[in-house]
Amino acid sequence: MKAFSNLLSDLILTSSRNRKLALLEQYFSSTPDPDRGYALAALTGSLNFKNIKASFFKDLIKEKQDEHLFDLSYDYVGDLAETISLLWDQEKSGNMPRLSYLFENLKKAKTDELKNYIINILNISTGDQRWAFIKLFTGGLRIGVSSRLVKQALANYGNVDLDEIEKIWHGLHFPYINLFLWLENKGSKPKISIYDIFHPMMLAHPLVMEKDLVTANPKDFVAEYKWDGIRVQIVSHGEGCRLYSRTGDEVSNSFPEIIKTIQGNFVLDGELLAGINNDPKTFNDLQQRLNKKAPSEKFIKKNPCFIKVYDVLFFNGDDLRDKTLIERKKVLNSYFSTNRSPMFLSETIDFKDWRFLDKIRDISNKQIHEGVMIKLVSSPYIAGRPRGKWFKWKRNPKNVDAIIMYAQRGHGKRSSFYSDYTFGVFNKEKELVPIGKAYSGFSDEELNKLDKFVRTKTINRFGPVREVEKTLVVEIAFDEMSLSNRHKSGIALRFPRFKRIRWDKPTNEVETLEQIRKSFLE
Amino acid sequence: MISIDNKLYIKDIDTYIDPFFPVERAIITHGHADHARAGHKHVLCTPETSEIMKIRYGENCASSFQTIKYGHSVKIGKISVTLYPAGHILGSAQVLLETPKDRIVVTGDYKTILDRHLDPFEVVPCDLLITEATFGLPIFKFNKPEMEIERLLDNISKHRENTFLIGAYSLGKAQRIIWLLREAGFSDDIFVHGSMDKLCDFYQSKGIRLGTLRKATLDNKKDFKGKIIVAPPSALKDRWSRRFENITRCYASGWMQVKQRAKQSQIEIPLVISDHSDWNELTNTIKQTGAQKVWITHGREDALKYWCEKIGIQAEPLSLQHRDERNEL
Repeated sequence: MKAFSNLLSDLILTSSRNRKLALLEQYFSSTPDPDRGYALAALTGSLNFKNIKASFFKDLIKEKQDEHLFDLSYDYVGDLAETISLLWDQEKSGNMPRLSYLFENLKKAKTDELKNYIINILNISTGDQRWAFIKLFTGGLRIGVSSRLVKQALANYGNVDLDEIEKIWHGLHFPYINLFLWLENKGSKPKISIYDIFHPMMLAHPLVMEKDLVTANPKDFVAEYKWDGIRVQIVSHGEGCRLYSRTGDEVSNSFPEIIKTIQGNFVLDGELLAGINNDPKTFNDLQQRLNKKAPSEKFIKKNPCFIKVYDVLFFNGDDLRDKTLIERKKVLNSYFSTNRSPMFLSETIDFKDWRFLDKIRDISNKQIHEGVMIKLVSSPYIAGRPRGKWFKWKRNPKNVDAIIMYAQRGHGKRSSFYSDYTFGVFNKEKELVPIGKAYSGFSDEELNKLDKFVRTKTINRFGPVREVEKTLVVEIAFDEMSLSNRHKSGIALRFPRFKRIRWDKPTNEVETLEQIRKSFLE
Repeated sequence: MISIDNKLYIKDIDTYIDPFFPVERAIITHGHADHARAGHKHVLCTPETSEIMKIRYGENCASSFQTIKYGHSVKIGKISVTLYPAGHILGSAQVLLETPKDRIVVTGDYKTILDRHLDPFEVVPCDLLITEATFGLPIFKFNKPEMEIERLLDNISKHRENTFLIGAYSLGKAQRIIWLLREAGFSDDIFVHGSMDKLCDFYQSKGIRLGTLRKATLDNKKDFKGKIIVAPPSALKDRWSRRFENITRCYASGWMQVKQRAKQSQIEIPLVISDHSDWNELTNTIKQTGAQKVWITHGREDALKYWCEKIGIQAEPLSLQHRDERNEL
C-alpha cells in the first residue's frame, strides 16, 4: 500500500504528462504481481468492491467526529477520501499491508468483521495511505490521470502501440497477469475473442464552422442525423447478443426484447431510441426505459425501443475497422436490404453544400434529432476521438436569461470555488422559482468573479449551499426545454450552461416563466 | 467594562488594533501587511515590529512609535496594555487590555507549538478572547515542521538536476524555512528573492542564523542546479520564475495540508509548515485562557464558533472585510 499511496500522491501533484508517465512506468516495473494489477484496475476505474461504498466511510468518521464539523470540513476540502483521511487520527505508527493482501482480507472478512478490520487498518496507517485506501472505494480517483494515460504508460512500458492495448483492453482480465507477461516479452499477446468484448467507440468532435469547414469539400463527407437517444454497440454472435453503452457498460438487461430478436455474427454501432417501426420519439420517452433495470413485459409493450444503425466494426468474422467508411456503409446497406427490425439503417442526408446542412440541423422535428453528424468517407473506424474524422454539428442552442439564486462549491479541482449555480425566473405570483443548475461555460477569470459575488452577497446558508442576493442575471444556453412535473417551475432544461454573465442587466428585465414557456414550448 | 467593537476599536482610549486604514492611535500586533499599515499617527508595538514596519514602509511610516517589550505594560487612560509573545513571526504580539474589572486578549496571528527561533507563545487568561481562525477546521493538524523539511531534503538529494523553488511569505515564513534548513544541517548557499533580503538581514541581526544567502539574480543562473531558491508565493507563477530551468515548485503553508489545493496551484512539493495555529492549538488555547466569550476573526469562523458553543462558550464571528480567503495563495 505504501508504494501505491506514494504513487497516487506523486501523481496528483505532478502536472507534466511526461513525468506522470514516468511515475506510472516506474511503478509497473517495480511492483510485483498481482499488486500492480490491483493498481491498474484502480487507476482505470475497474476495481470494484461491492460491500464498501463511500457511505461506509462517512458513517465511520461520524462515529469519531462531530457530524457538523465533518460537514464543514467536507465542504471545504471537496474530496471525501481526503476529508476523512485528514480527520482520522493515527493511533500507532505502521503501514497498511500490500494491496493484494488487503483486498484478499476484505473479501474473506465476514460482514461483522469488516468494520473492525478497516478501523484497525486506518488506525495504523499514515495520512497518505488512508487517503489512497479510501479513494479506492469512493468512485473516481480524481488525481488528474485518465485511463488513457495509464494505458499509454503501459504501452511505453512494453514498447507497443497504444492502439494495440486499446483493442484488447476490454477482453483482459483482472489482475492482468497475461498483459504484463506480454508487455515484458515473457508471453504472447493475450488472445481476445471479438465477440466477447466491448470495442471502444469512435467519437466525434464538435464542429467549429470557421475552422473545420472552410477548406473541407462536401464530397468527402457523408451526413446523418444526430439522433437524440443513447449510443449503443451491438455485439452479436451464435450464442446471443449484448448491448453496451458508450462507456462499455453492458445494458442488455434493460432491453431484453431487443437482444432476444437480434441474430448474426457482427459488431454494430448505432443509436438506441424510443419508438416503434423506425419512428423515433423524444429522449424524454427513452428516459423512462433507461431508469428501469429489469422492465416487465407490460412496461416494454408500453415503451418500445429500436436501434438506428450507422456503422459496423466486425461482420461475419471480418474486422472492418481498417476499411473506409464507404466500404463499411456498403456492408450495412446490403445487410439492411431485408427487414432487420428492431434494427434499422440510419439514413444519410443528401447535401451539396454546407449551408444546406446548416439549415437542416436547426429544423427540429419533435426534437428527435439534435443536429447532424458529418463523417469523412475515407476514414477507418478509430477508437477514441481522432481529429478531423467525425464531427457533430448540434442545433444552435437556445438562450434564456435567469437570476442566480443559490451556489455551491464544486468538487475536486474546483473545491475552493463556488462553481455550481442554481438560477431561476419569476412566475405569475412574482415569486422567483429555480429552473435549472449550471456548472460550466464560464472562464476561470469569470469563475473568480462569480465566486467573489457569492462570498460577498450571501444572505443565507443551508449546509453547503449558499443563498445569494437575487441581483445577478446570467444568460443561460441550453439544448432543449421540456415539461416536467418534478420541478416547481414545471419545466426542465437539457444541458444548461453559462453563455454570458450580465453584470449590468437589471433583474426586472428578465423574462417571466410564462413568457419563457410561451416562446419555447408552444 | 472595556468597550471594544467589531472593528477592534477601543472607544475609551480612541485606539484601534491592526486597523486597515490610517488612524490616530493604533496598536499593531505584528508586521504582516494585513495587520501593519503605513500612515497611522501613533503606533504602539514591540520594538521588532516597529523595526519591521520601518524596513517595509520607511522611517516615516508613522508619526511616532512607542515600543514595549514582551511582558511590559503601558497605561493608557484607565486601561493597561500588555504585549505577550504570539509565536507567529519575530516581534509578533498578543494584546492584553486590562482594567481591574476585565481582561480582553487579542491574539493577532499566533501559533503555540515550539518554534525555537522565536519567543514562545504564552497563554494569557482573559474574559474575552479575540482569536484568529485561519485554520479553524479540524482537518488542519500540522506535523512537526522538521518532518516536512526532511522530506524536502530527501527529494533534493534524489533530483540534483532540478532547482527547488520554495514559495514562502517574505516576512517570517521565508526566514523560518531557511532557519529550519540550517538546523537540519543544510549548509549549501540558499538563494533568495530580492523582496526578502532586507528582512533576512534583519533576522540575522537579531541573532537568528540563516547562513550564506545569495540573491537569485540572472548572473548566478548557472549555479541553481540542485539548489534552493526562496521566493514569495506570488513569484511562483510569475514571469520571474521563468528564468530558472527544471523547476520543482514547493510551497510552505498550512494550506498545503489539502492535496487538492496544492494541485490547484501546481505545487509539486507541498510543505505543510504554518505560522498559524492548527485546530488543536486553537481549541486548546481557547480552553486554557478560560475565556467565557470568544470573538473569531478572519478564517473559517463557522467551525470554531460551533465548537465553542458546544462546550458552553459564547462565540461571535467578526468579519473583518479586508481579510478574505483570497489571501490563501
